[in-house]
Amino acid sequence: MDNGQHTHIVKYSTFVWILIILLVLTFSSVAITQLDLGVYTVTGALLFASIKSVIVLMYFMHLKFDKKFYAIMMAGIVLLLTSVIIVTFLDYLYR
Amino acid sequence: MTNHSLIDEHRDDEGSKTGMWIFIFTELLLFGGLFIVYSVYRYLNPMAFHLAAEELDVFLGTANTVILLVSSMTIAMAITSIQLKRKGLALILMGVTVLLAIIFMVNKYFEWTGKISHGIFPGSEILHQSSQGEILFFGLYYAMTGLHALHIIVGVGFIGYVMWLVKIDDVKHDDYVILENSALYWHLVDLIWIFLFPLFYLIT
Repeated sequence: MDNGQHTHIVKYSTFVWILIILLVLTFSSVAITQLDLGVYTVTGALLFASIKSVIVLMYFMHLKFDKKFYAIMMAGIVLLLTSVIIVTFLDYLYR
Repeated sequence: MTNHSLIDEHRDDEGSKTGMWIFIFTELLLFGGLFIVYSVYRYLNPMAFHLAAEELDVFLGTANTVILLVSSMTIAMAITSIQLKRKGLALILMGVTVLLAIIFMVNKYFEWTGKISHGIFPGSEILHQSSQGEILFFGLYYAMTGLHALHIIVGVGFIGYVMWLVKIDDVKHDDYVILENSALYWHLVDLIWIFLFPLFYLIT
């Protein structure tokens, strides 16, 4: 390829493994939320969701194999959303 | 006069993909905003949200999660197939993705009609008698899963269009950025569901 991209071909087996990991994480998150963990239920479910989304972004969305530029932009968006959530809750918790 | 026999086809895969990512970022901010609305209302009405979330079917939600994860894998594999010049396999994998998307929508149809037949829909009599928090929960449930379902329909159209491009060899092993972009869009739909699922179905 003359424009020097798309050189990385991800193997089919990699995607199968990623799917298996994602399914295990899904069933684990269903399992832990069925337990009575109180406030940790929310934390646990969101933790599993975050791990799953990082895996989807890195492998399915090729961020791991693409130029770092995309991953950095993605991290910027996550940072922006997180700070807006933190600021909103600081407002609600301490007003 | 200019010689038109040497027209160079303008192509910028990097730019095309960057554009798709920027669109994905705007989508993430849109859903991110809705997630913030959800969390604030949940924080203000914990009991009502707890009661309302118990109404949702965890099994249907889990089934739809599995469907979307598998469809994400098949569309990702379609890119590998195109790169390896396996056109037929790429078309099959994309077809499976579209099929799974339709199954997702069928599940959603049964879920929504189930709720509606129980009288739970925006503006219904039963919801009017419920607490403010429950009205908010179901309002957000219909708005957010509805907006997500709209993205699924758009995705089916997008992937269907790219399937046609693959069929007429407009998308091939050395020129497939639109397939990558449709896959990125499909993974975005999956990504949003990864958060919608625990927030509405799992956390009660």
